Amino acid sequence: MYTQVIFEAIITGILTGGIYALMASGLTLIFGVMDIINIAQGILVIVGAYLSYVLSQYLHIDLFVGLLITMPALFLLGLLIEWAFIRRLKRNRIMLSILVTYAIALIIEGGLTMIFSPDLVTLNAPYVDASFPLPFIHYYLPEVYVFAFILAVILLGGLYFLLYRTKFGYGLRAAMQDRTAAMLIGINVERIQLITFGIGVALCAAGGMAYGATNAFNPASSYDLISRLLVIIVLGGMGSLAGALIGSVVLVTIGDLTAVIWSPVWSSVVFFMVLIILLLFRPQGIFGQSEGRTV
Amino acid sequence: MKRGIILWLLVLVLVVLLFALPIAIGDAAITSIGVYVLLFTGAAVAWNMFSGYTGYISLGQATYYGVGAYALALLCRSFNVPGGVGPFLLLPLCGLIAALFAVPLGWIALRTKRYAFVVMTIAIFFIMQLLAFNLPGLTSGPRGVLLPTPDWGPDVFDLPFYYVALAIFLLAAIVSWRVRRSKFGLDLLAIRDDEKRARSLGVPVGRYKLLAYILSAFFIGMVGAVVVYYAGLTTPEFAFNPSFDVSMAVIAFVGGIGTVLGPIVGGLLLGPLQQYLNLQFSSIAAGFELVLLGGLLLLIILLLPEGIVPSLQRLWLRWMVIRRQRSSAKLAAGKQHPDDTLLAESSRRAKG
Repeated sequence: MYTQVIFEAIITGILTGGIYALMASGLTLIFGVMDIINIAQGILVIVGAYLSYVLSQYLHIDLFVGLLITMPALFLLGLLIEWAFIRRLKRNRIMLSILVTYAIALIIEGGLTMIFSPDLVTLNAPYVDASFPLPFIHYYLPEVYVFAFILAVILLGGLYFLLYRTKFGYGLRAAMQDRTAAMLIGINVERIQLITFGIGVALCAAGGMAYGATNAFNPASSYDLISRLLVIIVLGGMGSLAGALIGSVVLVTIGDLTAVIWSPVWSSVVFFMVLIILLLFRPQGIFGQSEGRTV
Repeated sequence: MKRGIILWLLVLVLVVLLFALPIAIGDAAITSIGVYVLLFTGAAVAWNMFSGYTGYISLGQATYYGVGAYALALLCRSFNVPGGVGPFLLLPLCGLIAALFAVPLGWIALRTKRYAFVVMTIAIFFIMQLLAFNLPGLTSGPRGVLLPTPDWGPDVFDLPFYYVALAIFLLAAIVSWRVRRSKFGLDLLAIRDDEKRARSLGVPVGRYKLLAYILSAFFIGMVGAVVVYYAGLTTPEFAFNPSFDVSMAVIAFVGGIGTVLGPIVGGLLLGPLQQYLNLQFSSIAAGFELVLLGGLLLLIILLLPEGIVPSLQRLWLRWMVIRRQRSSAKLAAGKQHPDDTLLAESSRRAKG
């Protein structure tokens, strides 16, 4: 009985970890290429969730089909934010990027609160409450988690392909390694930064849909989200995609395990504790480079 | 020299104004806003003492606000301190307790740098908030701890708080100014500009960073204690408040991070403005005040990316150069006077 509970926690942990990986990979990608922390990532996930909510509630478009609309929409929003604000930050980027994206997050949070009120909502679809039995272990797996996990795998696979198999990806990784050198060999780094920000924000649409289908949310959920996402990408090593994936799965699974073994109220404490303990021994995170880039 | 005297006069006028304000106006609502503005400004000054001078951006200094808040609440509860002056006398102790917490937490957080440090401080902040929720034996959990009610009359209720807030604010400002002027402060700035070089020149980097961190925690802890005594109750969300956490950084930044005057100017401008926006617009539609605040922040950051004080300093310098150019042109009356010396002078002063 006890082993089964643990087994269930690990399965849901891995599936939920996939959802977090979607949102975290956008954040870590933006950090890696642009050297900024996007505090607005949390609220942009919530924007994605609300967009899916509107599409499914009023236009009766399926959540997953709706992504074909919400992802391009958030991609454009990302381009707009980068072009209008992020691009203008030339010096002291740590502090300024945090403040600018925080201000953007405030504006979006205020706007969402005005439109949707602070009441909690959930996304509805036939598969949200359905589940199917797993063979051998008498466990009913919620369908929406499985679908969301498959979505995460597909999108992250696509991202991997984009980064490692296309010319744009080569340019992007070059800009990540050394911005100046990338510029010198003729890579249009500004354009890459613009598109990277767009992609990072577009991933929020998918992450937001998955998050909204598995949790009740309101505009204030963004604070909890962004702090978890930041912990995940720092644990994995900032700027490292593999780190974001492993960080999400490990941290969410550990949180879930704590919830069943100890108590749900301690799950978040352990979640944050893991980061602090790891950073004591490995300040650069699991996959991070040992010394921050000096640009 | 002359500029120094003008600055001192301005500071003196400001202090006198702050002393006279509640008596001159005599409106409890205004005094109450004044209490919060002074406390938050004091906290921003303390935040700047660490993050502004060393360049290590902490988004978790509100941890010590919460520790100070709970320290006062629990001290009052366990020793049955009656409402009145008693809790005020405990304030330095609350600050010390916050500073004591800052020793191990700061040591852990300061092992990391840059962005990892930012996230580390956030993680520590949330752990402390969750502990306040999860240790009901100590903190009464989400129900919170009541504080004693002050025993003075309701007509002067806010005044003692106002003057205590003013005292903490002035103390923080003086310490911040003394630190900035000392060799210790200079070493902190050296850490901000180039930590490796500072270390190689013999600055005890680790110890100084931790010291600044603890100093900042001490003042923020006292601020937290006053706020909860004023509010009468401390709960985990109220004591470990994320929005207060960010607002310290925002205030310091808007005024000019790393300068002595910056957080003071930022706090005295932004504080009342925020209160005004809240009062005026949150009734129109929930969330509208957030949009306005965010928009205002964006505007300030994009127009004055260095903050108000450094930008004004630069304007002042440019104006001085122009004025001198004019007067020297008059004096020279046709004689050749190379502008180069003035430009060199201005650039030298800008650097120095």
